[in-house]
Amino acid sequence: MTLNDDRTEAPVPRSMSDEIIIRMEGVQKWFGDFQALKDVNLEVRKGERIVVCGPSGSGKSTLIRCINQLEQHQQGRIVVNGIELGAGARHLDAVRREVGMVFQSFNLFPHLTVLQNCMLAPLKVRGMAKDEAKAIAMKYLQRVRIPEQADKFPGQLSGGQQQRVAIARALCMNPKIMLFDEPTSALDPEMVKEVLDTMISLAQDGMTMLCVTHEMGFAKSVADRVIFMDRGEIVEQNTPEEFFSNPRSERTKLFLSQILSH
Amino acid sequence: MIRSFSINEFYFLLSAVQWTLALSAIAFLGGAIAGLLIALGRTSPIKPVRLAATGYIQVFQGTPLLMQLFLVFFGATVLGIDMNPWAAAALGLTLNASAFLGEIWRGCIQSVPRGQWEAASALGLRYPGLMRYVILPQAVKVALPPTVGYLVQLIKGTSLAAIIGFTELTRAGQIVNNATFQPFLVFSIVAALYFVLCWPLSLLAARLEARYAAPGR
Ligand SMILES: Nc1ncnc2c1ncn2[C@@H]1O[C@H](COP(=O)(O)OP(=O)(O)OP(=O)(O)O)[C@@H](O)[C@H]1O
Ligand SMILES: [Mg+2]
Repeated sequence: MTLNDDRTEAPVPRSMSDEIIIRMEGVQKWFGDFQALKDVNLEVRKGERIVVCGPSGSGKSTLIRCINQLEQHQQGRIVVNGIELGAGARHLDAVRREVGMVFQSFNLFPHLTVLQNCMLAPLKVRGMAKDEAKAIAMKYLQRVRIPEQADKFPGQLSGGQQQRVAIARALCMNPKIMLFDEPTSALDPEMVKEVLDTMISLAQDGMTMLCVTHEMGFAKSVADRVIFMDRGEIVEQNTPEEFFSNPRSERTKLFLSQILSH
Repeated sequence: MIRSFSINEFYFLLSAVQWTLALSAIAFLGGAIAGLLIALGRTSPIKPVRLAATGYIQVFQGTPLLMQLFLVFFGATVLGIDMNPWAAAALGLTLNASAFLGEIWRGCIQSVPRGQWEAASALGLRYPGLMRYVILPQAVKVALPPTVGYLVQLIKGTSLAAIIGFTELTRAGQIVNNATFQPFLVFSIVAALYFVLCWPLSLLAARLEARYAAPGR
Protein backbone atom coordinates (compact mmCIF):
# COMPACT_ATOMS: atom_id res chain seq x y z
CA MET A 1 0.00 0.00 0.00
CA THR A 2 2.57 2.54 -1.04
CA LEU A 3 2.49 5.07 -3.78
CA ASN A 4 5.84 4.31 -5.33
CA ASP A 5 5.27 0.69 -5.95
CA ASP A 6 7.63 -0.75 -8.54
CA ARG A 7 5.14 -3.18 -10.00
CA THR A 8 3.03 -0.39 -11.40
CA GLU A 9 5.58 1.91 -13.01
CA ALA A 10 4.32 2.18 -16.55
CA PRO A 11 0.98 3.92 -16.73
CA VAL A 12 -1.65 2.06 -18.71
CA PRO A 13 -2.78 4.05 -21.75
CA ARG A 14 -6.23 5.55 -21.53
CA SER A 15 -8.85 3.96 -23.69
CA MET A 16 -12.07 5.58 -22.62
CA SER A 17 -14.85 6.39 -25.03
CA ASP A 18 -17.61 8.93 -24.56
CA GLU A 19 -20.34 6.33 -24.33
CA ILE A 20 -21.80 6.02 -20.86
CA ILE A 21 -22.08 2.37 -19.87
CA ILE A 22 -23.16 2.71 -16.22
CA ARG A 23 -25.34 5.47 -14.92
CA MET A 24 -26.39 5.73 -11.28
CA GLU A 25 -28.76 8.52 -10.35
CA GLY A 26 -29.75 9.34 -6.80
CA VAL A 27 -29.24 5.77 -5.65
CA GLN A 28 -30.28 5.06 -2.06
CA LYS A 29 -29.84 1.77 -0.31
CA TRP A 30 -30.84 0.72 3.17
CA PHE A 31 -30.15 -2.41 5.17
CA GLY A 32 -33.08 -2.24 7.59
CA ASP A 33 -32.71 1.16 9.26
CA PHE A 34 -29.12 1.57 8.21
CA GLN A 35 -28.50 3.61 5.10
CA ALA A 36 -25.56 2.09 3.22
CA LEU A 37 -25.75 4.31 0.11
CA LYS A 38 -26.79 7.95 0.27
CA ASP A 39 -27.77 9.66 -2.96
CA VAL A 40 -25.05 8.12 -5.08
CA ASN A 41 -24.59 9.61 -8.54
CA LEU A 42 -22.06 8.06 -10.85
CA GLU A 43 -21.44 7.85 -14.54
CA VAL A 44 -18.96 5.38 -15.92
CA ARG A 45 -17.82 5.57 -19.52
CA LYS A 46 -17.04 2.61 -21.68
CA GLY A 47 -13.44 1.54 -21.18
CA GLU A 48 -13.07 3.61 -18.04
CA ARG A 49 -11.08 2.20 -15.12
CA ILE A 50 -12.34 3.29 -11.75
CA VAL A 51 -10.85 2.57 -8.37
CA VAL A 52 -13.15 2.84 -5.38
CA CYS A 53 -11.59 3.31 -1.97
CA GLY A 54 -12.68 4.37 1.47
CA PRO A 55 -12.76 3.19 5.05
CA SER A 56 -14.30 -0.12 6.08
CA GLY A 57 -18.08 -0.02 6.07
CA SER A 58 -18.25 3.03 3.81
CA GLY A 59 -20.39 1.25 1.22
CA LYS A 60 -17.82 0.35 -1.45
CA SER A 61 -18.95 -3.25 -1.80
CA THR A 62 -22.58 -2.22 -1.66
CA LEU A 63 -22.00 0.27 -4.45
CA ILE A 64 -20.54 -2.21 -6.90
CA ARG A 65 -22.89 -4.99 -5.83
CA CYS A 66 -25.82 -2.77 -6.79
CA ILE A 67 -24.47 -2.68 -10.34
CA ASN A 68 -25.13 -6.39 -10.84
CA GLN A 69 -27.94 -6.42 -8.30
CA LEU A 70 -26.40 -8.73 -5.77
CA GLU A 71 -27.87 -5.95 -3.64
CA GLN A 72 -31.07 -4.21 -4.61
CA HIS A 73 -31.25 -0.46 -4.29
CA GLN A 74 -34.47 1.02 -3.01
CA GLN A 75 -34.45 4.44 -4.64
CA GLY A 76 -32.89 6.05 -7.65
CA ARG A 77 -31.99 4.65 -11.05
CA ILE A 78 -29.24 2.36 -12.23
CA VAL A 79 -28.82 1.86 -15.95
CA VAL A 80 -26.20 -0.60 -17.14
CA ASN A 81 -25.39 -0.85 -20.83
CA GLY A 82 -28.73 0.73 -21.62
CA ILE A 83 -30.68 -1.68 -19.41
CA GLU A 84 -32.61 -0.27 -16.50
CA LEU A 85 -32.18 -2.30 -13.32
CA GLY A 86 -35.02 -3.20 -11.03
CA ALA A 87 -37.44 -3.57 -13.92
CA GLY A 88 -38.00 -7.30 -13.92
CA ALA A 89 -36.06 -10.53 -14.06
CA ARG A 90 -35.35 -10.37 -17.79
CA HIS A 91 -33.44 -7.15 -17.31
CA LEU A 92 -31.51 -8.67 -14.46
CA ASP A 93 -30.43 -11.61 -16.59
CA ALA A 94 -29.37 -9.29 -19.38
CA VAL A 95 -27.30 -7.17 -17.04
CA ARG A 96 -25.62 -10.10 -15.37
CA ARG A 97 -24.55 -11.39 -18.76
CA GLU A 98 -22.73 -8.11 -19.36
CA VAL A 99 -21.15 -7.71 -15.94
CA GLY A 100 -18.48 -9.98 -14.50
CA MET A 101 -17.54 -9.98 -10.85
CA VAL A 102 -14.47 -11.00 -8.89
CA PHE A 103 -14.73 -11.42 -5.13
CA GLN A 104 -12.28 -11.06 -2.31
CA SER A 105 -12.73 -14.71 -1.33
CA PHE A 106 -12.57 -16.03 -4.95
CA ASN A 107 -15.79 -18.03 -4.57
CA LEU A 108 -14.73 -20.70 -7.01
CA PHE A 109 -16.99 -23.75 -7.04
CA PRO A 110 -15.01 -26.30 -5.02
CA HIS A 111 -16.72 -29.37 -6.44
CA LEU A 112 -15.83 -28.47 -10.03
CA THR A 113 -12.45 -28.44 -11.73
CA VAL A 114 -10.91 -25.19 -12.89
CA LEU A 115 -12.07 -25.93 -16.42
CA GLN A 116 -15.59 -26.82 -15.28
CA ASN A 117 -15.71 -23.63 -13.21
CA CYS A 118 -14.99 -21.67 -16.37
CA MET A 119 -17.36 -23.63 -18.60
CA LEU A 120 -20.40 -23.65 -16.33
CA ALA A 121 -21.88 -20.27 -17.18
CA PRO A 122 -21.12 -20.42 -20.93
CA LEU A 123 -22.86 -23.81 -21.01
CA LYS A 124 -25.80 -23.15 -18.75
CA VAL A 125 -26.37 -19.43 -19.17
CA ARG A 126 -25.28 -18.81 -22.75
CA GLY A 127 -26.33 -22.28 -23.90
CA MET A 128 -23.07 -22.86 -25.74
CA ALA A 129 -22.01 -26.20 -27.13
CA LYS A 130 -19.47 -28.06 -25.04
CA ASP A 131 -16.58 -27.74 -27.48
CA GLU A 132 -17.11 -24.05 -27.86
CA ALA A 133 -17.36 -23.51 -24.09
CA LYS A 134 -14.19 -25.49 -23.58
CA ALA A 135 -12.33 -23.52 -26.22
CA ILE A 136 -13.36 -20.27 -24.58
CA ALA A 137 -12.46 -21.51 -21.13
CA MET A 138 -9.01 -22.57 -22.31
CA LYS A 139 -8.53 -19.26 -24.09
CA TYR A 140 -9.11 -17.31 -20.88
CA LEU A 141 -7.11 -19.73 -18.75
CA GLN A 142 -4.22 -19.06 -21.15
CA ARG A 143 -4.93 -15.41 -20.78
CA VAL A 144 -4.49 -15.58 -17.00
CA ARG A 145 -1.51 -17.88 -17.61
CA ILE A 146 -2.67 -21.08 -15.90
CA PRO A 147 -3.94 -23.37 -18.66
CA GLU A 148 -1.94 -26.22 -17.15
CA GLN A 149 -4.14 -26.15 -14.03
CA ALA A 150 -7.35 -26.74 -15.96
CA ASP A 151 -8.05 -30.18 -14.54
CA LYS A 152 -7.26 -29.41 -10.93
CA PHE A 153 -9.76 -28.55 -8.27
CA PRO A 154 -9.70 -25.06 -6.79
CA GLY A 155 -8.59 -26.41 -3.43
CA GLN A 156 -5.35 -27.60 -5.02
CA LEU A 157 -4.35 -24.11 -6.17
CA SER A 158 -2.68 -21.21 -4.39
CA GLY A 159 -4.74 -18.14 -3.57
CA GLY A 160 -3.25 -16.17 -6.42
CA GLN A 161 -3.98 -18.93 -8.88
CA GLN A 162 -7.52 -19.24 -7.59
CA GLN A 163 -8.13 -15.56 -8.04
CA ARG A 164 -6.81 -15.72 -11.59
CA VAL A 165 -9.17 -18.60 -12.29
CA ALA A 166 -11.98 -16.47 -10.88
CA ILE A 167 -11.04 -13.71 -13.29
CA ALA A 168 -10.93 -16.18 -16.18
CA ARG A 169 -14.29 -17.60 -15.15
CA ALA A 170 -15.86 -14.15 -15.28
CA LEU A 171 -14.21 -13.36 -18.62
CA CYS A 172 -15.63 -16.52 -20.19
CA MET A 173 -19.01 -14.79 -20.25
CA ASN A 174 -17.41 -12.09 -22.37
CA PRO A 175 -18.60 -9.27 -20.11
CA LYS A 176 -18.45 -5.60 -21.04
CA ILE A 177 -17.84 -4.56 -17.46
CA MET A 178 -15.78 -6.16 -14.71
CA LEU A 179 -16.36 -5.51 -11.02
CA PHE A 180 -13.62 -6.31 -8.53
CA ASP A 181 -14.29 -6.31 -4.79
CA GLU A 182 -10.94 -6.23 -3.02
CA PRO A 183 -9.52 -8.96 -5.25
CA THR A 184 -6.13 -8.99 -3.55
CA SER A 185 -7.11 -8.48 0.08
CA ALA A 186 -7.27 -12.17 0.92
CA LEU A 187 -3.96 -12.98 -0.75
CA ASP A 188 -0.54 -13.52 0.72
CA PRO A 189 1.68 -10.57 -0.22
CA GLU A 190 3.75 -12.55 -2.70
CA MET A 191 0.65 -13.40 -4.72
CA VAL A 192 -0.76 -9.91 -4.99
CA LYS A 193 1.38 -9.04 -7.98
CA GLU A 194 0.23 -11.89 -10.21
CA VAL A 195 -3.37 -10.89 -9.73
CA LEU A 196 -2.71 -7.18 -10.21
CA ASP A 197 -0.75 -7.96 -13.36
CA THR A 198 -3.74 -9.85 -14.71
CA MET A 199 -5.96 -6.89 -13.92
CA ILE A 200 -3.53 -4.50 -15.55
CA SER A 201 -3.51 -6.56 -18.71
CA LEU A 202 -7.31 -6.47 -18.73
CA ALA A 203 -7.17 -2.72 -18.39
CA GLN A 204 -4.78 -2.53 -21.32
CA ASP A 205 -7.34 -4.32 -23.43
CA GLY A 206 -9.87 -1.62 -22.77
CA MET A 207 -12.14 -3.41 -20.29
CA THR A 208 -14.47 -1.20 -18.29
CA MET A 209 -13.44 -1.86 -14.70
CA LEU A 210 -14.66 -0.87 -11.27
CA CYS A 211 -12.21 -1.99 -8.62
CA VAL A 212 -12.64 -1.69 -4.91
CA THR A 213 -9.06 -1.87 -3.74
CA HIS A 214 -6.56 -0.35 -1.41
CA GLU A 215 -3.69 -1.04 -3.80
CA MET A 216 -2.83 2.57 -4.36
CA GLY A 217 -0.02 1.72 -6.76
CA PHE A 218 -2.59 0.04 -8.97
CA ALA A 219 -4.88 3.04 -8.64
CA LYS A 220 -2.10 5.40 -9.67
CA SER A 221 -1.02 3.57 -12.76
CA VAL A 222 -4.28 2.08 -14.00
CA ALA A 223 -7.21 4.18 -12.84
CA ASP A 224 -8.75 6.91 -14.90
CA ARG A 225 -10.61 8.02 -11.82
CA VAL A 226 -10.44 7.35 -8.11
CA ILE A 227 -13.63 7.48 -6.09
CA PHE A 228 -13.48 7.99 -2.37
CA MET A 229 -16.44 6.87 -0.30
CA ASP A 230 -17.24 7.49 3.31
CA ARG A 231 -20.42 6.69 5.26
CA GLY A 232 -22.35 5.69 2.18
CA GLU A 233 -21.51 8.78 0.15
CA ILE A 234 -19.16 9.50 -2.69
CA VAL A 235 -17.12 12.18 -0.97
CA GLU A 236 -14.63 12.92 -3.67
CA GLN A 237 -13.64 11.74 -7.12
CA ASN A 238 -10.75 12.75 -9.27
CA THR A 239 -7.91 11.60 -11.48
CA PRO A 240 -5.38 9.62 -9.49
CA GLU A 241 -2.78 12.38 -9.86
CA GLU A 242 -5.08 14.98 -8.36
CA PHE A 243 -6.61 12.61 -5.86
CA PHE A 244 -3.33 11.63 -4.26
CA SER A 245 -1.42 14.86 -4.54
CA ASN A 246 -4.23 17.27 -3.95
CA PRO A 247 -7.10 15.71 -1.97
CA ARG A 248 -9.84 18.25 -1.33
CA SER A 249 -11.90 16.98 1.57
CA GLU A 250 -10.67 16.50 5.09
CA ARG A 251 -12.05 12.98 5.16
CA THR A 252 -10.00 12.06 2.10
CA LYS A 253 -6.87 13.54 3.62
CA LEU A 254 -7.39 11.60 6.81
CA PHE A 255 -8.00 8.38 4.91
CA LEU A 256 -4.93 8.83 2.73
CA SER A 257 -2.74 9.63 5.68
CA GLN A 258 -3.89 6.46 7.38
CA ILE A 259 -3.54 4.18 4.42
CA LEU A 260 -0.18 5.54 3.28
CA SER A 261 1.35 5.36 6.72
CA HIS A 262 0.92 1.59 6.75
CA MET B 1 -52.63 -73.43 22.99
CA ILE B 2 -49.13 -72.44 23.84
CA ARG B 3 -46.31 -73.28 21.51
CA SER B 4 -42.70 -73.15 22.53
CA PHE B 5 -40.28 -70.96 20.67
CA SER B 6 -38.73 -72.97 17.87
CA ILE B 7 -36.74 -72.41 14.73
CA ASN B 8 -40.02 -71.83 12.87
CA GLU B 9 -40.83 -68.89 15.09
CA PHE B 10 -37.39 -67.56 14.39
CA TYR B 11 -37.89 -67.89 10.64
CA PHE B 12 -41.19 -66.06 10.97
CA LEU B 13 -39.44 -63.17 12.68
CA LEU B 14 -36.67 -63.22 10.14
CA SER B 15 -39.08 -63.08 7.22
CA ALA B 16 -40.83 -60.10 8.83
CA VAL B 17 -37.56 -58.22 8.48
CA GLN B 18 -38.27 -57.87 4.78
CA TRP B 19 -41.44 -55.89 5.57
CA THR B 20 -39.55 -53.63 7.87
CA LEU B 21 -37.01 -53.09 5.13
CA ALA B 22 -39.65 -52.58 2.45
CA LEU B 23 -41.51 -50.06 4.58
CA SER B 24 -38.26 -48.27 5.39
CA ALA B 25 -37.24 -48.15 1.76
CA ILE B 26 -40.56 -46.75 0.59
CA ALA B 27 -40.73 -44.18 3.36
CA PHE B 28 -37.14 -43.20 2.69
CA LEU B 29 -37.55 -42.85 -1.06
CA GLY B 30 -40.86 -41.04 -0.82
CA GLY B 31 -39.55 -38.97 2.05
CA ALA B 32 -36.43 -38.07 0.08
CA ILE B 33 -38.36 -36.82 -2.93
CA ALA B 34 -40.85 -34.85 -0.87
CA GLY B 35 -38.10 -33.82 1.55
CA LEU B 36 -36.08 -32.27 -1.25
CA LEU B 37 -39.08 -30.16 -2.19
CA ILE B 38 -39.57 -29.19 1.45
CA ALA B 39 -35.89 -28.26 1.78
CA LEU B 40 -36.05 -26.16 -1.38
CA GLY B 41 -39.23 -24.58 -0.07
CA ARG B 42 -37.58 -23.76 3.24
CA THR B 43 -34.71 -22.01 1.45
CA SER B 44 -36.85 -20.44 -1.26
CA PRO B 45 -36.52 -16.75 -2.04
CA ILE B 46 -40.33 -16.61 -2.09
CA LYS B 47 -41.74 -15.92 1.34
CA PRO B 48 -45.12 -17.72 1.18
CA VAL B 49 -43.35 -20.86 -0.05
CA ARG B 50 -40.92 -20.59 2.84
CA LEU B 51 -43.73 -20.18 5.35
CA ALA B 52 -45.68 -23.13 3.97
CA ALA B 53 -42.65 -25.41 4.14
CA THR B 54 -41.88 -24.21 7.66
CA GLY B 55 -45.45 -24.94 8.75
CA TYR B 56 -45.31 -28.42 7.26
CA ILE B 57 -42.09 -29.22 9.09
CA GLN B 58 -43.40 -27.86 12.38
CA VAL B 59 -46.59 -29.92 12.22
CA PHE B 60 -44.76 -33.17 11.55
CA GLN B 61 -41.92 -32.54 13.95
CA GLY B 62 -44.25 -31.29 16.66
CA THR B 63 -46.60 -34.28 16.81
CA PRO B 64 -45.83 -37.92 17.63
CA LEU B 65 -45.26 -40.22 14.70
CA LEU B 66 -47.82 -42.60 16.13
CA MET B 67 -50.51 -39.91 16.00
CA GLN B 68 -49.60 -39.22 12.40
CA LEU B 69 -50.02 -42.89 11.57
CA PHE B 70 -53.36 -42.97 13.39
CA LEU B 71 -54.56 -39.87 11.58
CA VAL B 72 -53.61 -41.23 8.16
CA PHE B 73 -55.10 -44.66 8.92
CA PHE B 74 -58.34 -43.57 10.56
CA GLY B 75 -58.56 -40.33 8.59
CA ALA B 76 -58.71 -42.29 5.37
CA THR B 77 -61.63 -44.27 6.75
CA VAL B 78 -63.43 -41.08 7.72
CA LEU B 79 -62.96 -39.83 4.17
CA GLY B 80 -64.37 -43.10 2.91
CA ILE B 81 -61.10 -44.30 1.48
CA ASP B 82 -60.29 -47.93 2.12
CA MET B 83 -56.74 -47.72 3.34
CA ASN B 84 -55.00 -50.90 4.38
CA PRO B 85 -52.41 -50.75 7.18
CA TRP B 86 -49.58 -51.19 4.66
CA ALA B 87 -50.55 -48.13 2.62
CA ALA B 88 -51.31 -46.10 5.73
CA ALA B 89 -47.95 -46.95 7.27
CA ALA B 90 -46.11 -46.15 4.06
CA LEU B 91 -47.90 -42.82 3.60
CA GLY B 92 -47.61 -41.78 7.24
CA LEU B 93 -43.92 -42.58 7.42
CA THR B 94 -43.28 -40.89 4.09
CA LEU B 95 -44.89 -37.67 5.26
CA ASN B 96 -42.98 -37.82 8.50
CA ALA B 97 -39.68 -38.59 6.81
CA SER B 98 -40.14 -35.77 4.32
CA ALA B 99 -40.44 -33.28 7.15
CA PHE B 100 -37.34 -34.54 8.95
CA LEU B 101 -35.25 -34.92 5.79
CA GLY B 102 -36.48 -31.54 4.61
CA GLU B 103 -35.23 -29.93 7.79
CA ILE B 104 -31.90 -31.78 7.70
CA TRP B 105 -31.34 -30.81 4.10
CA ARG B 106 -32.38 -27.22 4.65
CA GLY B 107 -29.44 -26.95 7.01
CA CYS B 108 -27.15 -28.54 4.44
CA ILE B 109 -28.27 -26.16 1.70
CA GLN B 110 -27.77 -23.20 3.99
CA SER B 111 -24.33 -24.45 4.99
CA VAL B 112 -23.09 -23.73 1.48
CA PRO B 113 -21.34 -20.38 1.84
CA ARG B 114 -23.14 -17.25 0.65
CA GLY B 115 -20.28 -16.51 -1.69
CA GLN B 116 -21.20 -19.55 -3.76
CA TRP B 117 -24.73 -18.22 -4.30
CA GLU B 118 -23.35 -14.82 -5.11
CA ALA B 119 -20.74 -16.07 -7.56
CA ALA B 120 -23.29 -18.24 -9.34
CA SER B 121 -25.81 -15.40 -9.48
CA ALA B 122 -23.18 -12.97 -10.72
CA LEU B 123 -22.40 -15.39 -13.54
CA GLY B 124 -26.03 -15.18 -14.57
CA LEU B 125 -27.24 -18.54 -13.30
CA ARG B 126 -30.88 -18.45 -12.32
CA TYR B 127 -32.32 -20.29 -9.35
CA PRO B 128 -32.82 -23.75 -10.95
CA GLY B 129 -29.33 -23.87 -12.49
CA LEU B 130 -27.76 -22.32 -9.45
CA MET B 131 -29.30 -24.98 -7.23
CA ARG B 132 -28.63 -27.87 -9.54
CA TYR B 133 -25.05 -27.15 -10.56
CA VAL B 134 -23.64 -25.19 -7.65
CA ILE B 135 -25.53 -25.48 -4.38
CA LEU B 136 -26.98 -28.99 -4.27
CA PRO B 137 -23.79 -30.83 -5.30
CA GLN B 138 -22.04 -29.17 -2.38
CA ALA B 139 -24.96 -29.69 -0.01
CA VAL B 140 -25.09 -33.40 -0.80
CA LYS B 141 -21.67 -33.99 0.73
CA VAL B 142 -22.72 -32.33 3.95
CA ALA B 143 -26.04 -34.13 3.86
CA LEU B 144 -24.78 -37.67 3.50
CA PRO B 145 -23.84 -38.48 7.13
CA PRO B 146 -26.96 -37.03 8.80
CA THR B 147 -29.15 -38.61 6.11
CA VAL B 148 -27.75 -42.07 6.79
CA GLY B 149 -28.12 -41.31 10.48
CA TYR B 150 -31.75 -40.43 9.91
CA LEU B 151 -32.31 -43.68 8.02
CA VAL B 152 -31.50 -45.49 11.28
CA GLN B 153 -34.21 -43.48 13.05
CA LEU B 154 -36.60 -44.26 10.24
CA ILE B 155 -36.02 -48.02 10.41
CA LYS B 156 -36.66 -47.98 14.14
CA GLY B 157 -39.69 -45.75 13.57
CA THR B 158 -41.32 -48.34 11.32
CA SER B 159 -41.94 -50.41 14.45
CA LEU B 160 -44.86 -48.09 15.22
CA ALA B 161 -46.63 -49.42 12.15
CA ALA B 162 -47.23 -52.56 14.25
CA ILE B 163 -49.84 -50.60 16.21
CA ILE B 164 -52.04 -50.00 13.18
CA GLY B 165 -51.75 -53.67 12.36
CA PHE B 166 -49.07 -53.81 9.70
CA THR B 167 -47.06 -57.00 10.08
CA GLU B 168 -43.47 -55.92 10.11
CA LEU B 169 -40.81 -57.07 12.55
CA THR B 170 -42.32 -55.67 15.75
CA ARG B 171 -45.81 -56.93 14.94
CA ALA B 172 -44.35 -60.33 14.07
CA GLY B 173 -42.74 -60.28 17.52
CA GLN B 174 -46.10 -59.57 19.12
CA ILE B 175 -47.70 -62.42 17.20
CA VAL B 176 -44.99 -64.89 18.20
CA ASN B 177 -45.17 -63.73 21.79
CA ASN B 178 -48.92 -64.22 21.89
CA ALA B 179 -48.36 -67.81 20.87
CA THR B 180 -45.32 -68.62 22.98
CA PHE B 181 -45.57 -66.34 26.03
CA GLN B 182 -41.83 -65.90 26.05
CA PRO B 183 -41.71 -62.14 25.79
CA PHE B 184 -38.16 -61.67 26.98
CA LEU B 185 -36.76 -64.14 24.50
CA VAL B 186 -38.94 -62.98 21.63
CA PHE B 187 -38.34 -59.27 22.03
CA SER B 188 -34.64 -59.82 22.61
CA ILE B 189 -34.50 -61.47 19.23
CA VAL B 190 -36.58 -58.72 17.66
CA ALA B 191 -34.28 -56.10 19.15
CA ALA B 192 -31.23 -57.99 17.95
CA LEU B 193 -32.63 -58.06 14.43
CA TYR B 194 -33.20 -54.27 14.52
CA PHE B 195 -29.66 -53.90 15.77
CA VAL B 196 -28.29 -55.93 12.90
CA LEU B 197 -30.10 -53.64 10.47
CA CYS B 198 -29.19 -50.38 12.12
CA TRP B 199 -25.71 -50.88 13.45
CA PRO B 200 -23.92 -51.03 10.08
CA LEU B 201 -25.74 -47.88 9.03
CA SER B 202 -24.70 -46.11 12.22
CA LEU B 203 -21.12 -47.13 11.53
CA LEU B 204 -21.42 -45.91 7.96
CA ALA B 205 -22.81 -42.57 9.13
CA ALA B 206 -19.92 -42.15 11.53
CA ARG B 207 -17.39 -43.00 8.85
CA LEU B 208 -18.95 -40.63 6.33
CA GLU B 209 -18.94 -37.94 8.91
CA ALA B 210 -15.27 -38.44 9.66
CA ARG B 211 -14.48 -38.43 5.98
CA TYR B 212 -16.38 -35.30 5.01
CA ALA B 213 -15.47 -33.44 8.14
CA ALA B 214 -11.82 -33.90 7.17
CA PRO B 215 -10.03 -30.66 6.33
CA GLY B 216 -9.68 -29.64 2.71
CA ARG B 217 -12.08 -31.10 0.22
N1 LIG C 1 -26.44 -7.66 4.21
C1 LIG C 1 -26.27 -6.64 5.05
N2 LIG C 1 -27.11 -6.45 6.09
C2 LIG C 1 -26.96 -5.42 6.93
N3 LIG C 1 -25.99 -4.50 6.83
C3 LIG C 1 -25.12 -4.61 5.83
C4 LIG C 1 -25.20 -5.69 4.89
N4 LIG C 1 -24.20 -5.56 3.99
C5 LIG C 1 -23.53 -4.46 4.36
N5 LIG C 1 -24.07 -3.88 5.46
C6 LIG C 1 -23.61 -2.67 6.11
O1 LIG C 1 -23.53 -1.65 5.16
C7 LIG C 1 -22.37 -0.87 5.33
C8 LIG C 1 -21.56 -0.85 4.07
O2 LIG C 1 -21.09 -2.15 3.82
P1 LIG C 1 -20.09 -2.47 2.65
O3 LIG C 1 -19.85 -3.92 2.69
O4 LIG C 1 -20.60 -1.88 1.39
O5 LIG C 1 -18.80 -1.68 3.12
P2 LIG C 1 -17.37 -1.66 2.48
O6 LIG C 1 -17.04 -0.25 2.19
O7 LIG C 1 -17.30 -2.62 1.36
O8 LIG C 1 -16.46 -2.15 3.70
P3 LIG C 1 -15.22 -3.14 3.74
O9 LIG C 1 -14.01 -2.31 3.39
O10 LIG C 1 -15.17 -3.58 5.17
O11 LIG C 1 -15.48 -4.24 2.78
C9 LIG C 1 -21.62 -1.50 6.51
O12 LIG C 1 -21.88 -0.71 7.65
C10 LIG C 1 -22.22 -2.85 6.65
O13 LIG C 1 -22.24 -3.23 8.00
MG1 LIG D 1 -16.35 -4.49 1.10
